[in-house]
Amino acid sequence: MSTPLTLRSAAEALAAPLPPLLAEAEHLATAVLLGDHGRRRAGTGDTFWQYRPAQPHDAARSIDWRRSARSDANFVQDKEWQIAQSILLWVDQAASMSFRSDDNLPTKAERARTLGLATAILLVRGGERVGLTGLRLPPRRGEAQLMQMAQLLSQDGDTDYGAPEAQGMLPHSRAFFVSDFLGDIQPIEDALLRAADRGVGGALLQILDPQEEAFPFDGRTIFESMTGALQHETLKAGDLKSRYLDRLAARKDRLQHLARTTGWQFQTHHTGQSATHALLWLYGALEHHA
Amino acid sequence: MWSIGPIGFAAPWLLLGLIALPILWILLRAVPPAPIRRRFPGVALLLGLTDDDNQTDRTPWWLLLLRILAVAAAIIGFAGPVLNPQNARSGAGDLVIILDGSWAGAPSWQARIDRVDMLLSEAALADRRAAVINLNNLPVGDIPFAAPNDWQNRLPNIQPQPWQPSDVVAWFAQSNERFETYWISDGLDWDGRTDLLAALEERGAVTVFQTPRQIVGLRPARFENGEVLVSATRSPIGNPLDTTVTAIGLDPAGVERQLATVPLVFAPGEPIAETAMVLPPELRNRITRFEVGGTRSAGAVSLTDDALKRREVALIAGRDDREGLELLSPLFYLREALEPTADIIDGTLDDILLANPDVIILADVANLAGSENDAVLEWVESGGMLLRFAGPALAASDQGRIEEDPLLPVRLRSGGRSVGGAMSWGEPKTLAPFAEDSPFFGLPVPDDVTVTSQVMAQPDPTLADRVIAQLTDGTPLVTRRLSGEGQIVLVHVTANAEWSSLPLSGLFVQMLERLAVSTRPATPDEAELAGTTWLPGKVLDAFGRLEDGSALPGVSGEVLAAGVPSATLQPGLYTGGDRQLAVNVIGPETALNVAAWPARIAIEGMAVLRETALKGWLLSATVLLLLLDVIASLAIGGRLRGPSADVAAAAALMLLLAPQAEAQTAEEFALRATSEVVLAHVLTGDRETDETAEAGLRGLSQTLFRRTSIEPAAPLGVNLETDELAFFPILYWPVTADQPLPSRAAYGKLNRYLRSGGMIMFDTRDADTARFGSGSPEGRKLQAIARSLDIPPLEPIPSDHVLTRTFYLLQDFPGRYASRDVWVEAAPIGAEQVEGMPFRNLNDGVTPVIIGGNDWARAWAVDNNGRRMFPVGRGRSGERQREIALRFGVNVIMHVLTGNYKSDQVHVPDLLDRLGQ
Repeated sequence: MSTPLTLRSAAEALAAPLPPLLAEAEHLATAVLLGDHGRRRAGTGDTFWQYRPAQPHDAARSIDWRRSARSDANFVQDKEWQIAQSILLWVDQAASMSFRSDDNLPTKAERARTLGLATAILLVRGGERVGLTGLRLPPRRGEAQLMQMAQLLSQDGDTDYGAPEAQGMLPHSRAFFVSDFLGDIQPIEDALLRAADRGVGGALLQILDPQEEAFPFDGRTIFESMTGALQHETLKAGDLKSRYLDRLAARKDRLQHLARTTGWQFQTHHTGQSATHALLWLYGALEHHA
Repeated sequence: MWSIGPIGFAAPWLLLGLIALPILWILLRAVPPAPIRRRFPGVALLLGLTDDDNQTDRTPWWLLLLRILAVAAAIIGFAGPVLNPQNARSGAGDLVIILDGSWAGAPSWQARIDRVDMLLSEAALADRRAAVINLNNLPVGDIPFAAPNDWQNRLPNIQPQPWQPSDVVAWFAQSNERFETYWISDGLDWDGRTDLLAALEERGAVTVFQTPRQIVGLRPARFENGEVLVSATRSPIGNPLDTTVTAIGLDPAGVERQLATVPLVFAPGEPIAETAMVLPPELRNRITRFEVGGTRSAGAVSLTDDALKRREVALIAGRDDREGLELLSPLFYLREALEPTADIIDGTLDDILLANPDVIILADVANLAGSENDAVLEWVESGGMLLRFAGPALAASDQGRIEEDPLLPVRLRSGGRSVGGAMSWGEPKTLAPFAEDSPFFGLPVPDDVTVTSQVMAQPDPTLADRVIAQLTDGTPLVTRRLSGEGQIVLVHVTANAEWSSLPLSGLFVQMLERLAVSTRPATPDEAELAGTTWLPGKVLDAFGRLEDGSALPGVSGEVLAAGVPSATLQPGLYTGGDRQLAVNVIGPETALNVAAWPARIAIEGMAVLRETALKGWLLSATVLLLLLDVIASLAIGGRLRGPSADVAAAAALMLLLAPQAEAQTAEEFALRATSEVVLAHVLTGDRETDETAEAGLRGLSQTLFRRTSIEPAAPLGVNLETDELAFFPILYWPVTADQPLPSRAAYGKLNRYLRSGGMIMFDTRDADTARFGSGSPEGRKLQAIARSLDIPPLEPIPSDHVLTRTFYLLQDFPGRYASRDVWVEAAPIGAEQVEGMPFRNLNDGVTPVIIGGNDWARAWAVDNNGRRMFPVGRGRSGERQREIALRFGVNVIMHVLTGNYKSDQVHVPDLLDRLGQ
């Protein structure tokens, strides 16, 4: 039932995370200085690249008279080649991401959204076009796009574990997936292979809570997934620790292997660590293969 | 009450609950600990993992045991267990509880009273009338029967007395009621005890409460062969007993101290132990009492009187030229008379005076050297006794002829006289009986004492008062004059037998005794004491404590002579005239006998096993076990080591570490103060001043940060009393008129700080109104503060002081005010200016203080936003003054941190260059 009152309060609740999310992402993004982004060769663009002696094919109006006046030859000012990339991101919004082991830590979802949006901000500032996978938000540039993206990212999914959507990826664009990758591996594998088929490169960022790495449990315990759909009971949780860790390592290994075969990059980030670190890695990973 | 061994139960049927324990065991065993539910996204990875074994679905046996124990403790606890349950004493009719109440019971008096208390409680339960009677303090009138509760309230008033009961049978005979008797005996036999027992048995049953205890009585100490012999008797006689005897007396400062302690060992089967104390006379004369160690009773204390005191007597003879003629020596008879009872000192007068003897005897010494004269006079004035004997030398000298000599009691006529000799008329003179006011009064005058020669006193109005012994013809034989607190006595004959036969007689010794030159032997006999009255000085109570007895009535000599302590003769020290007599509980012959009771009398012990209710203990144990169970269950269930366990651990740690919070803050303070350079100011207690000082140092810190390589952290306020000072290079101390002076400990800290290279910058903040040293309130406070500080000589900052060039070249040191009165440690004397140098060569030492009143903190002060807080001066010149103030601050900190680096001659060329010279 959506009376104006409930609608309003729901809308407020929905909108509440937006400004902080944006602000936090902006804050994170300011930590990275742009300057890495140019293509390092002459081409069409706005910024100065170099002076070169004028060639016969250069139009007279392209001659830089100020420079040429200081010598006998004529010079042409080259601009740095800038080309906009399309970058698609997928941030896991499933219930498993809303886990946090400590009130002082952000949830995995918060961290993932912040990182995703901060990367998007950086890329938009760098002149790239950014969008979400799965045809929800086609790549565009500009602040409006960021606002829209923030809104879409703020939604929570209701499944236990998320799977990346590989639709809507432009050929030879770039993409990055942020998730805990704890769910079924098959959809992830499919998505990656499909992306690789289209020549899409990118990065996988696995976000884990420190507790998921440490497994500090003991005694008789019933483990439940975030929605409660999955349950596992044990009488001695402490005994499971090594086997759990083995499985986690195997999962990471598998993801690493997948990434290597598809030309992606893989990294694990813990919510206990600084977000900047992950942002730099993410930004660098996207930049690297551009 | 149903009981097992020493434990009884109030509700024994509850113990049936223990049968249920095995059932509980089985029940508990079947129930495993409840699982915890945890949200955990990683569960996807856990699916399919199985447990290794199924051990923990059963509760572990030790946890079961813990719980069973807890339940068992609860059941037993509620059953009301009592340790040593007391079965009430049966009996009916009136009850009389008799206490011996003598000194022998004093050490365990409280136990006796507790026992009486318990007997009264039982009597109250049995609804009997009771009376408690202390045999040493019999109530007036009939036996005072009353409700036992009344008596219980009166019990604290019943105290033992330091003597044994007497005349008690008659008191009980005055009524003929029948009653049962409980007799709390002290364990010592006394006269009339059996009579009383017989009298009481006529009235009803008698039960005796007595515990065999070792009772030790200390007998009076005696002096024999230079040793003090201390002996003690005991009862009952049995096993060997090791104890100690302590001699107690006043030290020269008048404080009571233990002067000596010797072991006293009773051999097995021996009733008496004796030990000897060898003490120097000085110490021995100070002893006021002996005590047996570890016993609190009057019998274990023995007071000493004059009998133990031995006076120190110095003997000096005028001429000693006839060596070998012992019997003619002027000191021979004196020595013989005094040796048994006094300590004799020989030596020169100077040495003797150092030893401060009680008596100095000058035998035929006419003249003393001037300084000796004064010294002896001073000694007499302060209580010494100078006893002089005449002789040829004195007779021949002019001493005391014209006017009275200060060291002679009377004026003397020259020459003396001789009677009864071959060349003179008349018979040798005999002694007249002693006058009543003479100290010798009462001594029998033997007929055979004759005087043939004497020195004569000049007739004088005062002569009659000074004569204390005279011859039959009325010429003085002994004269005495009081001088200050002491006295001077002249015997008008020689100390040897040349002039009279007095030294050969027993009278000579008695006279010396009476003059208190020698000590009187032992206790005076009854005849001697007859008719005298003695006043109690200090008296002993039953516990052996000395109390003031001046409120007690005097005691006649006859009673004293008997020496048996009673209600009329409390043990203690009695004074009569200049003599002291001690009455002790234990006399030299007193024997201690165990009170023996006929076989028909029931004897019970004094010791009582108290009823102890164990319910509380057991229930506490239950709670404790349950708490343990909680912890153990949590541990088993994994809740202790789980992710939320850190909260519990933190809480537990908080509980454990709470007392260390103080230490933590001290540590934090130290960390804050030492991880960076920190400027500090002294907290004055005035909030505004403290805030200003902090703001000032903040401003200075910022300036330092910007302009120099010193990068201080935020300034700290320092509490002189609690904080460590050693961390700070400088303390800025704004002086307020009303701040408290630091404590002694704080001064110690400050002086240590100054000595170890710290600097204190005193700011009286009154340079606008006062000059240095003038009497502004702050100035006076500064003087008060600095009085106990280790501050060197000061001088105004000289123009070549290193402070003028440690960073900036300065000649003015303004703060908010621009007074030139800023003082630092004075340059060492002899610091010379070398020709061509801009400053003297003063290389060592950072000034420990800077004292001024320019209110620097206000000039430096900035608020949190970096804005200046206080205006300085006016307009541009004011800003310039603030700038100079900041530069001075920079110079001060540089000076503190780099010392006299800028005084180093290496810098001279540069400085010369910059100074434009």
